[in-house]
Amino acid sequence: MNNLELSLIVGVGALFAGMLGSLTGLGGGVVIVPLLTLGLGIDLRYAVGTSLVAVIATSSGAAAAYVKEGFSNIRIGLFLEVATTVGALVGAFLAGMLATNIIAIIFGLVLLYSAYLSTKAKEDHSDDVNPDPLATKFKLNSSYPTEEGVKHYSVHNVGAGFGLMWLAGILSGLLGIGSGAVKVLAMDHAMRLPFKVSTTTSNFMIGVTAAASAGVYFQRGYINAGLTFPVMLGILAGSFIGAKLLMVAKTKWLRLIFGVVIFALGLEMIFNGITGRI
Amino acid sequence: MNVHPKPEMNDLRMKGVIGNLLRVGVLLAASIVLVGGILFLIHHGGELPEYHIFHGSSSPLRTIPGVIHGLMTFQKRAIIQLGLLLLILTPVANVLFTVFAFWVEKDKLYVGVSSLVFLFLLFSLFGGKF
Repeated sequence: MNNLELSLIVGVGALFAGMLGSLTGLGGGVVIVPLLTLGLGIDLRYAVGTSLVAVIATSSGAAAAYVKEGFSNIRIGLFLEVATTVGALVGAFLAGMLATNIIAIIFGLVLLYSAYLSTKAKEDHSDDVNPDPLATKFKLNSSYPTEEGVKHYSVHNVGAGFGLMWLAGILSGLLGIGSGAVKVLAMDHAMRLPFKVSTTTSNFMIGVTAAASAGVYFQRGYINAGLTFPVMLGILAGSFIGAKLLMVAKTKWLRLIFGVVIFALGLEMIFNGITGRI
Repeated sequence: MNVHPKPEMNDLRMKGVIGNLLRVGVLLAASIVLVGGILFLIHHGGELPEYHIFHGSSSPLRTIPGVIHGLMTFQKRAIIQLGLLLLILTPVANVLFTVFAFWVEKDKLYVGVSSLVFLFLLFSLFGGKF
């Protein structure tokens, strides 16, 4: 397969990944690594570097569209980025030390967990009473616009959320993904942010977290120009189309199908990791 | 102390600037990558890549001086790398902007928080070859 053929295949794959990722809200980055490694036999290090660039592109594109709407909370974002950027540096460091088959197994487990999450409806646990004293100290409690007017929310379990975000950062740096699944645990379940606030704030944060490991990856040569360019352009175009289709598509079925695909890819990553084929 | 402070006008303005920075950064990066990608395929489209073997650690295009040198010698891959670098720097520029914005707001706590994040990012970009 020459450069032109590879670029076309990878570009079309990334286009679909971006479309499905934005339609289902599960993020397209998570399927890029399995697509490149399992599908095309590309070295895991190149795949992870490529995927990380794709994650920065899609999350920045989405954040640019949503940050102005007033749901995202910049202070929560920056506060948690202290945890995610340190985690991302640790993850990028670990990526250089661990054997690729161990990384593949961890990747598979994260895919299985993401697939499990895709079967569950997102729940809103937010309220505006009894905030964590740390949340008050760091001015994390805020408000967001709704159809019934401005709604206030309190932030809970700041310590647990911070710790989970550190873990999300490590996984992001190790696997080249946005770690949306762990962020749901941290922001929706532990800190109990309103659904819209957690989604938009996390979009805004993913780019910063990914940049922290991308700097390391870049200098290690994980980011290969010839391989990365069709993925970046494909996934950007795909998520743009996905966002436009969101109004008309039946996302319930898409989520289910995408969840099954992610589950199968997770099993295959684990199998290939255990048998040392990756 | 009021636990639900009203979001200040400055916060909304900050979000506006962040949104614009992100949009311009991503569009500019994507345009450069597109141009570089097309040129790369025109000149190297028929070559056979070896991505199943990792050669990255010896690539000259993994440092900023390396990319600049590649641009001077008109390497197509260097044009793509420039766009990718720009994409990586877009969120970094955003964090730097929040340092400035919180400083204008006289929010010392968050000048500290965002400076810390910015320092970690600088460490990754310049000290990341461990």
